[in-house]
Amino acid sequence: MIWLIPVIPLAGSLVVGLIGRRMPRMLVAVIACGAATCSLMLSAMSFARLLLLPVEGRQLRASLGSWIASGDFSVSFGFLFDPLSAIMALVVCGVGLLIHIYSIGYMTEDRDYPRFFALLNLFLAEMLILVLADNYLLLFVGWEGVGLCSYLLIGFWFERPAAASAGTKAFLVNRIGDGAIVVGLIWMILLFGSLDFRSVLMDAPTVLAYGSVTASILTLLLFIGATGKSAQLPLYVWLPDAMEGPTPVSALIHAATMVTAGVYLIARSAPLFQLAPLSLDIVAWIGGLTALYAASIALVQTDIKRIIAYSTISQLGYMFLGLGVGAYAAGVFHLMTHAFFKALLFLSAGSVIHALAGEQDMRRMGGLRKYLRVTAWSFLVGALANAGIVPFAGFWSKDEILAAAYASGHWPLWAIGCLTALGTGLYMFRLYFLTFEGRSRLDAHTLGHIHEAPWSMRLPLVLLALGSATVGFVGVPPGSGRLQQFLGQVFPVSAHEVAIEPSVEAVLAVTALAMAIGGIVVAYRYYLVDPHRPETLAARYPTLYRTLFHKYWIDELYDAAVVRPTVNAARTLSEVFDARMVDGTVNGVAALVNRIGSLLRRLQTGQVPAYVLSIVVGAVVLLGYLAFSG
Amino acid sequence: MEWLMFVPLAAMALITATLVIVLRNPVYCALSLVGTFFALSGIYLLLQAQFIAVIQVIVYAGAIMVLFLFVVMLLDLGHERPLWLQRDRPRLLIGVGAVVLLLLELVIPVGSWTARVPQGSSTSELMGGVGNTQLVGRLLFTEFLVPFEITSVILLIAIIGAMVLARR
Amino acid sequence: MTATVPLSAYLILSAALFVIGVAGVLIRRNVLVIFMAIELMLNAVNLTFVAFARFLRSMDGQIIVLFVMAVAAAEVAVGLAIIIALYRNKESANVDEINLLKG
Repeated sequence: MIWLIPVIPLAGSLVVGLIGRRMPRMLVAVIACGAATCSLMLSAMSFARLLLLPVEGRQLRASLGSWIASGDFSVSFGFLFDPLSAIMALVVCGVGLLIHIYSIGYMTEDRDYPRFFALLNLFLAEMLILVLADNYLLLFVGWEGVGLCSYLLIGFWFERPAAASAGTKAFLVNRIGDGAIVVGLIWMILLFGSLDFRSVLMDAPTVLAYGSVTASILTLLLFIGATGKSAQLPLYVWLPDAMEGPTPVSALIHAATMVTAGVYLIARSAPLFQLAPLSLDIVAWIGGLTALYAASIALVQTDIKRIIAYSTISQLGYMFLGLGVGAYAAGVFHLMTHAFFKALLFLSAGSVIHALAGEQDMRRMGGLRKYLRVTAWSFLVGALANAGIVPFAGFWSKDEILAAAYASGHWPLWAIGCLTALGTGLYMFRLYFLTFEGRSRLDAHTLGHIHEAPWSMRLPLVLLALGSATVGFVGVPPGSGRLQQFLGQVFPVSAHEVAIEPSVEAVLAVTALAMAIGGIVVAYRYYLVDPHRPETLAARYPTLYRTLFHKYWIDELYDAAVVRPTVNAARTLSEVFDARMVDGTVNGVAALVNRIGSLLRRLQTGQVPAYVLSIVVGAVVLLGYLAFSG
Repeated sequence: MEWLMFVPLAAMALITATLVIVLRNPVYCALSLVGTFFALSGIYLLLQAQFIAVIQVIVYAGAIMVLFLFVVMLLDLGHERPLWLQRDRPRLLIGVGAVVLLLLELVIPVGSWTARVPQGSSTSELMGGVGNTQLVGRLLFTEFLVPFEITSVILLIAIIGAMVLARR
Repeated sequence: MTATVPLSAYLILSAALFVIGVAGVLIRRNVLVIFMAIELMLNAVNLTFVAFARFLRSMDGQIIVLFVMAVAAAEVAVGLAIIIALYRNKESANVDEINLLKG
C-alpha cells in the first residue's frame, strides 16, 4: 500500500500533464489536489499502522519488483515506511497539499495552469520517492527528480530570461552535489556490495572503522550532495535565485520538498555519519556558519521573497548544526516545524505579492495590515515561529538544537546559533514591520486595487498558521517529547549526547529567547519608531553595508572563478577543437574519399577488354602467389 | 605407342587453337576451333574416356559450333584489322606479358608436381570389363543425381533466356 | 610402360591451350572470336579434368566434364543471343565500341 503514496501523484501528474490542456481548469485542480490528498491520507493511514506496531519493529516495507539484478548486486523498487520516512512523508504531503490548494487561487490567471499542476504533482511524487525509498539508488532517483522539477518550476515563466537562467543555475549548482553523491554511491557499492539502507546501515560498523578516513570521505561525499540540495555553504547560491519561480513553487521548494532532501539524506545515513566524527564536525560547522552568514545577508535585502529565501538557508543551517552535533531527531524536528512556518511565510508573502499585483520590493509596501488582515496575522505567526519565540513551533526545535550543540561541547557553535537567533529576530521583524506596519509607501494606483486573497489562498494560510503555532508541542518536553521518542529507534545513540541539567537547559533556552526578542526590539526601534536610523547606520558603515547588500559578492566571485572560465574554456574548445579538429577530421576524410573516388572513376571505362585485362593480371598475380609461395 | 598418338593430336590441337585466335575471318576461326575439338576428342580416347570423346564431337563440334557458324554468317561481320595494327599498344603489351607469365606459372609447377598415389577404383581393367559409358551413367544417376537434375534446369533457363534475348 | 604418356604432358598441353584462349580474349576485337577463345579455355580445363581422372583412377573428373559441357552449351546459347541483340542495337560486334557498363 505504501508504494501508492508516490505513485498516485505521479499518475496525477501524467494525467494532468498529458491531457490537462483539454480539461476544464476546475478538473485539473481537482485531480492534482485529489492526488495530493490521497497521498496524505495514505501516509496518515500508514502512520497509524506504524503506531500500532511494537516499538522495535516499527517499519512497513513494500517492493514493486526488482530493478537491477547483476550478480550479487541487486536493487529493487522497494519502499520503506519507518518513523523517519513517516514524518517526512506526512510533512511533504501535508504542506504539499496546502500549497496545491493555495495554487488554485494564486495561478488562476496563468495560461499554463495544467503544466503548473502537473509539475507540482510530479515534484510531490519525486519527493515522496526520495523519502520512501528503501535504498540509496531509488532515493537518488527521487533526488534527481526533485532537481529536475525544481529546474522546470523555477523556470516556469521561461519567457523571462531571469527565470530561465535561475532554473539553469539551480540545476547546475545541484549537479555539483549530485556528482559527489554518485561517486559516494559507487564507492558504497564497492564497500558494501549493496545500496539497501538495511544492509548498508547495519553493516556500517563492521565494514568501516570508527573515525577511519574511508568513513569520513564517504560521508563527506554524501554531505557535499546535501549542501547542494539543501543550499548550504558553498553551494547555496541557487536558492535565492529560485525566487524567480511562482511563489507556491518557492514555498514548495523551501518548505516541504527539495531543500529538506539533504537533511533527510544525512538523517537517514546517521549510522554512517556516526562513524565519522570529523564529518559530523564539518557538517555542524558548515551548518552554523551558513546559518549566521545567510542571516547577515537577510538583514539588508529589500525583496520580500529574497529575505525569506535567505532565512530558509539560515534555518537549514540550524538543521545541519543539529545533525552535526549528533542531535538527529532535533534536526528532523526543526525540519518539520520549519516546513510549517516557512510555507506559511512564503504563502503569506505570495498573498501580499498577489494583492499588490506583482510588487516584491518592501520599500514600496508598508501599512498593509489594514488591507490584508488574514495575511498579516498569519505572517506574524510565521515570523514569530521563525524567530523562535515561545511557544511557537520554531522555538522548541531551535532550542533543542542549541541545547544539543551546547551539551555536546560545541559551545562556539552554540554562540553562533545564538547570534543567528538575534539576526533572525531582527530580519524577520524588519520584514514584518516594513511590510505590514507603519506608514504606507504604496502609490495610489496600487492602493486602489489592493484586495485580500480568495478563500483557496486564505485557507492554507490559516491552517499553516495553526500548525506553526502548535506543531512545536510534539517535541515538548525538549529531548524526550513524543517526536523524539518516535524517531528514537531510527537514530543511533549519539556519542555526543550528554544528559543536560534541566536548569542549564532553561538558561540556554532563555538566552536564545532573549537574543531573538532583542532582535525584534531592535527591529521595532529601527524600522518602526525611527525609519531613518537604518539609513544613517548604513551611511556610517558603508563597506559593511555594501558587502552585505551584495551578498558578500559571492555570486560575482563564482562568476569570475567558475562560470567565466568554464564558459571561456567551452568556447575555446568549440572554436578550436570542435571547429578545427573534429570538423576538420570529418571534412578531411570526406574530401579524401571524394578525391580518391574521382581518381578511381577513371578506371571504370565500361570497356570489357580493359576489365578482362585486369582480371587476367589479377589471376597472374594470384596464381604466382599460389605457385611459388611454397 | 601412346606417344605416337599423343604428339600428332597435341600438335594439331595447338596449331588449330592458334589459328582460332590469329585468323581474321571469323568463319575460318570457327572451322579451326572445330579442328581443336576433334583433336581433343582424340586425346580423350587416349585417356580412356570414350563417352566424353563422343560427347565432345557431338555436342561441341556438332551442336555448338554449328550455332557459332550460324551466328557468324547471320551477322556478316567481315574481317578484323591485323593484330599488329591495332591501336591500343600498351594494353596489347600488358596482355602479351600477362599471357606469357600465365603460361610460365601454369607450366612450371607441373614439373615440380609430385604425382599422387592413384586413389580411385576405376582401373583400366574395370573400364575394360564394365565399359566407360556404363560407369558414367551409373555415377550420374546415383551419386550426382541432384547436380544432374539442376543441370537440366540450367539448360531450360538458357533456352528461355536465349529466346527472350534474341526475339525481335 | 615407358611408352606411356605422363600426366605432365597432358597438363602442359592443357596449359598451352588455356593460355592461347586467354590471349585470344585479350587481343581480338570481334565478340564472336572472343567467345570462341573462351570455349577454347573451357576445353583446356576439360582436358585437365579428364587427365586427372585417368591418372587418379576416378570417374569424378569425367562427370564434371559432362557438367561443364552442359553449362558451356547453355552459356553459348545465351551468349550468342546477347550478341545478336547487341548487334541489332549497335550494328557492330567490336568490343571496343561497346561501353554500356560505364555508369
